[in-house]
Parts: sequence; C-alpha cells; structure tokens
Amino acid sequence: MSVIVRTISRVVAPVALAFGAYVIMHGHLTPGGGFQGGAVVASVVALLVVAFESGRWKKWKDVLLPLEDLGAMAFTILAFLGLGATFFRNILAGGGGLFGAPVPQLGPNPGALNTAGTLPLMNWAVGLKVIAGLGSVVILLSLFGREDG
Amino acid sequence: MKRWFFFAMLLILAGYLLGGSVWLRPFGEPPRSEMDRYFIENAQTEVAANNVVTAIVFDYRGYDTLGEATVLFAAVVGVVLLLRKVKE
Repeated sequence: MSVIVRTISRVVAPVALAFGAYVIMHGHLTPGGGFQGGAVVASVVALLVVAFESGRWKKWKDVLLPLEDLGAMAFTILAFLGLGATFFRNILAGGGGLFGAPVPQLGPNPGALNTAGTLPLMNWAVGLKVIAGLGSVVILLSLFGREDG
Repeated sequence: MKRWFFFAMLLILAGYLLGGSVWLRPFGEPPRSEMDRYFIENAQTEVAANNVVTAIVFDYRGYDTLGEATVLFAAVVGVVLLLRKVKE
C-alpha cells in the first residue's frame, strides 16, 4: 500500500490495540467483552496485513493457530472448574480471592476490576481465542494464492 | 399457473408481515418478565458483576457462549482446511 496508508495505520494500530485490550479487560464492567474486544484486535491485524503486504505474516499464522486452541482450552477448563455444583458455576465470585471481591454497592456504580470471579478470566480466554482465530483467518485469506503462501 | 401460485404466496406472506407489524406488542412490555427481573436484581449479588449482560452470557447461560466459541473454532478449522497447502 501507499505511504499514506502505511503512516496512518502506524498511528491507528496502537490506539486500536489499546482499545481492544481495554474492552476485553473491562468485559465485566463496561459494554463489550472477549468477543467484541477480540474482534477489535483482529481488525488491527487485518489493517496491518492490508497495509504492510509481505510474506512474513506466514510465521504469525503458525503462532496464532496454537494460541486459538489455548484460548478454547482455557475457556473449557474454567467452565469445568465449577463442576462441583454445575457446569459453568462461577466458583470465584464473592470468594475473596482472585477477582473475588463483591461489587462496591448494589445498583449503579462505577465498579471495581477485582470482581466477578471467573468472568474476567473467561473474557481473557475468549478474547485470546477470537484474536488468534480471526487473525489467523485474515492472514490465511491474505496468503491465499500467493507463490510463497 | 406458476405465476399465480407465487403471487398468492407473496400475498399471504405480505399479509402475515403486515398483521405482525400492526398487532405488534408495545415496546418494553414482554408478556412474562420474571426471569428478566431475576437477572437484573440478583446478578450483582450472585455473580458480583456490574455488567449484567456479561453475567448472563458467561455465567447463567454459559452453554450459549460455549456454542459460540465452538462455531468460531469450526469456522477457523474450515478456513485452515480449505486454504492449506497441498503437497503434490
């Protein structure tokens, strides 16, 4: 792509990455979550693939595909953690440990990051899965038909 | 003959859609709201999450998210299978 596109994407990519990370990390407090934030980060991957066309994205695909399996496995393991009661039981919520704090007050409040039990962990797992999955799909589609793909 | 058949089907479909939009239920008044009330009132104490939507998606209805993740996984596997490099 041209110099203009490359310069603009150099400026936009870190901002969009930070926004995607924010959406994933605050999934239990603000609108959004793992799927949405992962899609934002995957759109950064698409932007970079379009702007900086080269064969080195092939290596990224081999990194991203195992990461997708890792995210899926983390999500399933987190779901199995609650199997003492039911599948998908939120065992960490309100327990006082990691992410175990109760909400600051009932009703509308700004919220605290250290709440909601397994929800943030599941958001991270799903976010990793969506980033890696959509990113590798974008890279695979961009490599399709190339000589070195 | 065929044309009349399709015209009749179009009329029936249009009638259904028109009727559905005329006798639409008023906005914000579902017929039963016990479950909505339960989620809104108990999500903050049970799941300790401010975002009730996330509490439903990842806790109360986690199976839904598991299915969603499976759909994404299947899509990625399909793309990898279709676009893989075949050795001759």
